[in-house]
Amino acid sequence: MAMHRTFSRTLLGGLVMAALALPVPAMAQRDPAYQAARAAGQIGEKTDGYLGVVGNQPPEIGRIASDINIRRRENYAQKAQEQGVTLQEYAIAQGCILISRTAPGEKYQAPDGSWQTRGSGPPQLDPRCPRA
Amino acid sequence: MTSADLTKPARRAHMSRMGRRRAFAGVMVALGSTLAGGCVTVNAPAEPIVIELNVNITQEVIYRLADDVRQNIEQNPEIF
Repeated sequence: MAMHRTFSRTLLGGLVMAALALPVPAMAQRDPAYQAARAAGQIGEKTDGYLGVVGNQPPEIGRIASDINIRRRENYAQKAQEQGVTLQEYAIAQGCILISRTAPGEKYQAPDGSWQTRGSGPPQLDPRCPRA
Repeated sequence: MTSADLTKPARRAHMSRMGRRRAFAGVMVALGSTLAGGCVTVNAPAEPIVIELNVNITQEVIYRLADDVRQNIEQNPEIF
């Protein structure tokens, strides 16, 4: 009985540890207005690693995208320096993964520059991007 | 009364200033078009090769950065 309880406790502990180790989905951490604009297809992921406004949108949407782009650029500059690559190279590498991780219904930029809606299948990726 | 001059004397064997200038301009035009022609022939095939090299370098870099950019999303979820 005691041994059984110990086993249960160990199992429970293991499950909690596993849950903590799982990556938290990025959307849970996003600003609600930004998340809503993504889901509505007003803001999309570009191949250059930055956000773009899809079509004509209210100025507020442009401000949301521009605000995050400024923070992304700052982040890319720091990471690029750490990795010994150019800012543009880091940004493009980040763009590959960000487009791979778009949710169905969100917009992303195809290699030809056109906006596409992410379906259930894989997105159209630049041939330089690593296959997910 | 006889004259030592020819009835139709040849011009003196030197170029007028205008003639020299014109000849110089002609040479420059010929040289210029040769050089311009050379540039076009050299540049046309060189351009796509340069782009192709950039693509290859970037692809190698993108593969090397793949893990780091994935971690970056987990570390900074609010900007992605």
